Amino acid sequence: MNEIAFLGIGFPAALSNLSISALATAAEAPLNYFLHSYGPASRPTMILGWVLAVVCLAVCIIIGILLVAAITRKRQATDSRTIGREEEGLGWIYIGAGLSTCVLLALAVYAMITLNAIAKPATAPGLTLTVTGYDWWWKVTYEDEDPARRFVTANEIHIPVGVPVLIKLNSADVIHAFWVPQLAGKTEMIPGLMNQQWLQADVAGTYRGQCSQYCGAQHAHMAVEVVAQAPANFKYWQETQRQKAALSSAVSIADGMKLFMERCSGCHAIRGTEATGEHGPDLTHLNSRHRIAAGLRANTPRQVIEWVIHAQEIKPGSRMPSISLSPSEMADLAAFLATLN
Amino acid sequence: MNPIAKNSSDAPLMRVPEFGRAPLGSAAEKRLASLWETLPGWRGWLATVDHKEIGLRYIITAFVFLLIGGVEALVMRVQLARPDQALLTPEQYNQLFTMHGVTMIFLYSLPILSGFSNYLWPLLLGSRDMAFPRLNALSYWLFLFAGIFLYVSFPVGQAPNAGWFNYVPLSSLEFDTGPNIDVYALGMVLLGISTTVGSINFVVTLFRMRAPGMSINRVPIMVWGTLTASVGNLLAVPSVSLAFFLLWLDRQTGTHFFDVSNGGKPLLWQHLFWMFGHPWVYVVVLPAMGIVSDALPTFCRRPLVGYAAVALSTMATMLLGFEVWIHHMFATGLPTLALSFFGAASMVISIPSAVAVFAWIATIWLGRPVFTTPFLFFAGFVMLFVIGGVSGVMTAAVPLDFQLTDTYFVVAHLHYVLLGINVFPVVGGIYYWFPKFFGRMMDERLGKWSFWVMFTGFNIGFFPMHIAGLMGMPRRIYTYSGDMGWNTINMVTSIGAFLFAAGILIFMVNALISLKRGALAGNNPWDAATLEWSVSSPPPAYNFAVIPLIASRHPLWENRADEGAARSSLDEGYLLLQGRETLATTPLDARPDLILKMPDDSYAPFFLGLFSALMFAGLLLQWWDFAGLMAIAGGIALTAWMWPGRKQEQSASAMHSARDAEHG
Amino acid sequence: MAKLIPLQEPLPVGSYGKRSNGWWGLLTLIVTEGSLFGYLLFSYFYLAAQTQQQWPPDGLPRLAIPGINTLILLASSGFVWISEYCLKSKKIRSSIILMAVAILLGTGFIMIQLSEWNKKPYTMITDLYGSLYFTITGFHMAHVVVGIIILSLLLLWMMLGYFDDKRHVSVSIGGLYWHFVDGVWLFVFATLYLSPYL
Repeated sequence: MNEIAFLGIGFPAALSNLSISALATAAEAPLNYFLHSYGPASRPTMILGWVLAVVCLAVCIIIGILLVAAITRKRQATDSRTIGREEEGLGWIYIGAGLSTCVLLALAVYAMITLNAIAKPATAPGLTLTVTGYDWWWKVTYEDEDPARRFVTANEIHIPVGVPVLIKLNSADVIHAFWVPQLAGKTEMIPGLMNQQWLQADVAGTYRGQCSQYCGAQHAHMAVEVVAQAPANFKYWQETQRQKAALSSAVSIADGMKLFMERCSGCHAIRGTEATGEHGPDLTHLNSRHRIAAGLRANTPRQVIEWVIHAQEIKPGSRMPSISLSPSEMADLAAFLATLN
Repeated sequence: MNPIAKNSSDAPLMRVPEFGRAPLGSAAEKRLASLWETLPGWRGWLATVDHKEIGLRYIITAFVFLLIGGVEALVMRVQLARPDQALLTPEQYNQLFTMHGVTMIFLYSLPILSGFSNYLWPLLLGSRDMAFPRLNALSYWLFLFAGIFLYVSFPVGQAPNAGWFNYVPLSSLEFDTGPNIDVYALGMVLLGISTTVGSINFVVTLFRMRAPGMSINRVPIMVWGTLTASVGNLLAVPSVSLAFFLLWLDRQTGTHFFDVSNGGKPLLWQHLFWMFGHPWVYVVVLPAMGIVSDALPTFCRRPLVGYAAVALSTMATMLLGFEVWIHHMFATGLPTLALSFFGAASMVISIPSAVAVFAWIATIWLGRPVFTTPFLFFAGFVMLFVIGGVSGVMTAAVPLDFQLTDTYFVVAHLHYVLLGINVFPVVGGIYYWFPKFFGRMMDERLGKWSFWVMFTGFNIGFFPMHIAGLMGMPRRIYTYSGDMGWNTINMVTSIGAFLFAAGILIFMVNALISLKRGALAGNNPWDAATLEWSVSSPPPAYNFAVIPLIASRHPLWENRADEGAARSSLDEGYLLLQGRETLATTPLDARPDLILKMPDDSYAPFFLGLFSALMFAGLLLQWWDFAGLMAIAGGIALTAWMWPGRKQEQSASAMHSARDAEHG
Repeated sequence: MAKLIPLQEPLPVGSYGKRSNGWWGLLTLIVTEGSLFGYLLFSYFYLAAQTQQQWPPDGLPRLAIPGINTLILLASSGFVWISEYCLKSKKIRSSIILMAVAILLGTGFIMIQLSEWNKKPYTMITDLYGSLYFTITGFHMAHVVVGIIILSLLLLWMMLGYFDDKRHVSVSIGGLYWHFVDGVWLFVFATLYLSPYL
């Protein structure tokens, strides 16, 4: 009978210990949406999650107790060959299924109310941008009625705090999913289809996102960052991003630039130069971004060069080839890339 | 023993089935044995149509696939135990997780249940075989060949690698140029044929092959489960076969079904896949729930509470299962109204499950549990079923699913469902029916060890995955960085996975030892109520020396349970020994309807299966002529099979020869 | 104690019309094959509903020849049905002739359908509509071919004297399959030829 007792008491206790210790560290998890929400597109969902989790845990505990009690309860000694009567016990089913139905209906209604609450922002979106999924990075286009004011960046999305942002989602190749869990749920990015979702950050900060739809070799390394800034800071960022690359004509970067045009411009664009490639991220303001390779590495001059020459080792299967460069070429390219502010 | 020929024009084709006894060793019994036994040696091995042999083959083959899929899982758990590991390349990991899913979902979970059903149905129903014994053999051979086919490119590192649900365009030629996806597509169509013919067999067997008196409200719940699953398969499998066929056409001939640049739609794939995929989830759990509904009462010393409610809830689940496929696609940008509808439907589908759970608990509560190994597995299953069920309710809440879907929360949910509701009843079922299969009991000490190790390992392994999911860990990532907060959880999960594997290992050791040294079982070691326990262990080739007459749901408990006055007749019944014969009965109230002439052993199923598999191999290798040749060879095998048989009295000349035999 | 009473009435032995397992097996096969066509037509409507181009791309389909072909196929079904009826009424010779006529009509359907295929200005890989048109009609064509083979075997078995008024379950089952193939054509026809007019 010890075993049975373990089933009932020891086991859930062990589990809940595990859960508590795991959740204690959860604050450090940048994708944790169960305990953290920073905007109206995800907060109702988080609360729904809590309610559901509590209800579900309660159901598990109640059933667990019933099960253990059913197994261990005292019974009168009888001949082992006696067989119980079939007709008994229907009350269990009526009551059990009846209560379950009520709980489920209530949850269904609550889920619908929540869905309605997050379906649309309370006010019209103050900013529209298009995110296009690529193997395995994100192209971010800031829309504007004036084509000259439209600009493109990659893997890092800036938004103003407190403003609902409409995000149109598309894919250039396979299906990806855009997901910044602490701001909103995920939406698939399907080629041939323009999906959309909205999000809003109420607190300034950097929110991590991740492709959540399996998309091939480097699905694991397809992260995105949403940087929520005070509206003034955002405006400033937006203005600087609209600028074309301000390249100095210094001799020190001429070799690096030539190298870039020969080896990199087929895939990467730098606005204001002849580099107009569209297969890889736009590098016009490369150094304004925190991370490279869709979140895989910090954006430092050393890491950038490491990435250029060892892309296939850092991110096997990535569309970025490992480029073999001599030490002097490395230095030239690094010098050139360092000017892309 | 002579048939009572009725004096009418069609006398030889009509006969009153002989009634009597055929105790072991009697002339009648010896004649039956000689009629039904399979030839010894490899010929008999290839040609047998004995449902018991086929059932065991199904179980063993599926179990081997479980082990293969399990080893794949363990390798992945080593890779994921710590962040930034490089044991596997991304490509290797992607093939492993794809094959793990394909193996467990298609090559293990249904086939193992088909194995149980194949072995047990005729014994549960009081028949001498399934409705179509040769089709039964065919469905096994096709399953075996399809399983091998799906693994054919694995050793050369080109296994399917787009996930088991294989979304386009990732799986289209543009993004997956190797043979990986062609293997998957063709293998699934081949496996679909196996599933379909197997399902046809179950459906017709239920409606035609029950012992007289076993009216529709007296069949065991497991039969309801497999019947429902089979009907579900007949309606759902065509969807996935079509999807894979269209994908194969896209890849091979350049059609445009999923080709975005020419108007094709990636979402068409998702619809076709999940219209099949969701019912499939119920297909692989309902028969297993049936195992519990039938076997748990044995260890509670009372009949199942609410037989009718459980049978109806089984069918209701499948019916609703066809309405909720969209809940796999909540994040694809569908209109909010549609999402609300499918979300609510997905919650409603838990109601029938609640019926079953309360029926099981009430059965335990009102019964007097006997703490044997199978009981532990079934009781443990009830708990896992509830956990898997409520996590399903969480994912059915649309807005929450926007967060949960494609995270480890879903991985945890589906493993609670598939392992909890399939593997635990299956292992419990093997402990339960092992004495019937092999005539020997499994060891109880090792049995209890295997349960506790499996149960503990399972929960340590899979419960933390819920938390990993809530902490945002996406599924199908081959590695993760150390600063995501997932390190401890993944380590715990990996340890649990290995513990669970150790439990499976103990179970296997137990089975192997018991096969040789287990205590002899006798006919009915558990004092169970259903018909399979009325025959010897293992059962004779002909199953029942006489076709019994059934008067209740629990023929072996009638004298003790309060079952009313009627008594089943098990020792005295219809003899039917003019060739391989059994009785067909009417679909609902099981009145005798027809004396069936059952086919002899035959090579046709093996060759038809082989030629079909070779034809698919030809399609894979683009040897079109070879594929055509194999199609013709398969057609010839099928024609030979369908040739009107004399023994089955399908043709008029058979009638004449029968008349000759009688008067001559 | 109520005793169960053994049967006193004689039962048919072996496969016997609609009480045979084969008949039931074919009914279940029809359920699953019917679903297959259902999913195929669902795919058609799903893609057609979302297309941006003109649908069908080369204008509304002409109905005359496909309409006549439909009648031919239905007539073939009728002949199979009468053939079985004759068999039941012990008119084996008529039965054989009618079955042969049914096979000829079925073959005629195939020939006309092949010429229809030839006349199409597009192929399976030209565009989405071509893929759908040829896959759906090709699927059905494969069923017709299998059906003709079955009918031919039935004809052969009739001529070999395998069947009579009592025992002809193969004819009933094979015939049912043929009726299904013809019936499902009506859905294919309605989808590909009639629905564009809506």
